[in-house]
Order: sequence, then structure tokens, then C-alpha cells
Amino acid sequence: MKTEILWMIIGMGVVTYIPRMLPFVLFKGKELPPFVQGVLKNVPYATLGALIFPAIVLIQKGDIWYGVTGAAAAFIAAFLGANVIVVVLGAIAVLSIYSYFM
Amino acid sequence: MADLAVERESSEFKKGVQAGISIGIGYFPIALTFGLLAKTSGLSIYETVLMSLLVFAGAAQYISLSLIAYGTGIVEIILTTFIVNIRHFLMSATLNEKSDEDYLFNKLLFSFGITDETFSVAATKEGTVTSGFMFGLISVSYSSWVVFSGVGHLIGASLPQTLQESMGVALYAMFIGLLVPSLKKSAKVVFLAALSALFNSIFTLGHFMAQGWSIVSATLLSAILIELAEVIKTRHRGVQHED
Repeated sequence: MKTEILWMIIGMGVVTYIPRMLPFVLFKGKELPPFVQGVLKNVPYATLGALIFPAIVLIQKGDIWYGVTGAAAAFIAAFLGANVIVVVLGAIAVLSIYSYFM
Repeated sequence: MADLAVERESSEFKKGVQAGISIGIGYFPIALTFGLLAKTSGLSIYETVLMSLLVFAGAAQYISLSLIAYGTGIVEIILTTFIVNIRHFLMSATLNEKSDEDYLFNKLLFSFGITDETFSVAATKEGTVTSGFMFGLISVSYSSWVVFSGVGHLIGASLPQTLQESMGVALYAMFIGLLVPSLKKSAKVVFLAALSALFNSIFTLGHFMAQGWSIVSATLLSAILIELAEVIKTRHRGVQHED
């Protein structure tokens, strides 16, 4: 193993861990101002929106319909109340069929 | 009493493992591709697996590969990794509010495994989050990530191209699967997700900032604006009609 790469990996590990652990040390929890608590409660849904868009329509370079089809399949399955694993496998299946025909 | 506590802890762990299975499936193609790209970027299998073991952050690991290929210096690669992963701070702060009381040591241990995916699953779960649940959730996700990074380095290229491509949708499908049940229940969730999706699309497609900053900024802007809107709405209740 090259020493340079080894140090790079260790450095990457350290700077990735710091923002992950810091809030648990800085804040005891449940004592932040109500407005901040409200904002933090909003974070999961806002994060999901940002994680899905625009990335999902860009998964196949040059063909936005690939991502749109996958997103639609997942959305319909989830809307009908399917379990998350079923949603995941369903979207994979639909896109496999899509690339078979396109 | 001690027995009961141990039993509850192990069932929480099991629930975490079950919730982690879709992440494990989702990581499979991404880790596999990472392993393959790492090989073509000149990393050995040990370096590849070690990076997945110590960093456990997909986007940052991918970016480091392209930076290595460009011949970028170590310090810049580490700094970029930091910027890309700073969004986890917000996620940890959120989970800190939602997690059960426990020894700080346990929290520091599971905080290593907070990724976009483990966070999304834990944060959308009903009720509080226990350390046992987090350990279960992370053990499946982490194993999948590490093992398939190594497998990708060994055999990645031989998986059918169409299957690799269609599996690329897995994590996004999971995010949708986690978001939709809450969308159905609350208009606030619809606004939160739509607004941050819009901000993030503008930031990334307009090349205003790097992806790491873009997700944090879009999330924070949306979470704060919607919270402000709600505070104002509650204050003006009776004067104005909404919904």
C-alpha cells in the first residue's frame, strides 16, 4: 500500500467522521430553541427532496426519461402503499424492461 | 429487568437490520461500481476496501477517485471530502434530537454510520430512535458497502451492463419510498420536499455551488422558510384563511 494513499484515506476518514459526531457532543438534545427544533424536524423531508431531485432524472446521461420512468414507478408503488423494498425492486424491474425495449 | 432490557435491545437491533435491507440492496451496484472505478484509478484492492471501511461515504469516495485521476494533491482531496460531507452535520443534529437517551459512547459509535441513506431511514421512522436500531441499520448498510466495494474491484466489470444501470435507480427509489407515506399525510411535507428539490435543482444545474454545499443549502433554506411560514400562519390564525 502506498504511504501517500494511506494518509489520504485516513485524512478522508477523519474529516468525514467529524461532522457526523460533532452534534452529539455539542448538543445534549431537546434543549435547543423551539424554532430550531422545528427546523430540525423539517430537515428529513427537505433532505429527501434534495437527494431525489435533480439527481434521479440525471442517472442515465442523455436520457432523462430513464430517470423519470424509474421515479414514476417508485412513486406509484409507494403511493399504493408498497413496502420500501418492494418499491426499490419494482423500480429496478421497470427500468430493466425499459432498457430492454429502448 | 436486565433480561428484559437486553431483549428489547436485541429486538431493536433486529428492526434496524430489517430496515437496513433496502439500503443494502441499494448500495450493491454503487459499491460494485466504486470498486471497479477504484481499480481503473490505480487503487489496490486493500486501498479500495480500506477507503470504504474508514470513510463510508459514497459521493466523497467517487469524487476522490476522479481527483486522484486528475493528479490532485492529498490536501485538496481531503478538503473536498470535508466539504462534500459537511451535510452530515445537519443530519446528526436532527438525529440527536430524535434519539433516545443513551451513553454518549454509543452515539459516537453509531454516528460513524450516518449516511444520506441510513439518516433517511432513521429520520422518517415513527417515534424515537434507539442505539440498537441504529447499530442494526448500519451493520447491514456498512457490510454491503465494504464487501461489495471489494467484490467490485475483483469482478465488477462482469455484471451485465443493463442490470448495473437499472440498479442505479435503487437508492432514489428508496428515498421516494421513504418520502411518499409522509407526503400523503401532510401538506407541509409536500412543500418541504418540493421547495428543497427546486432549490437544489437551481443550485446544481446552474452550477452555483458544489454538490455537497448545494444539498445542505437547499435543505436548510427549505426547512427554515417552511418553519417561518408556519410560525407566521399560526400567529395570523383567525385573520387569514389557509388550506
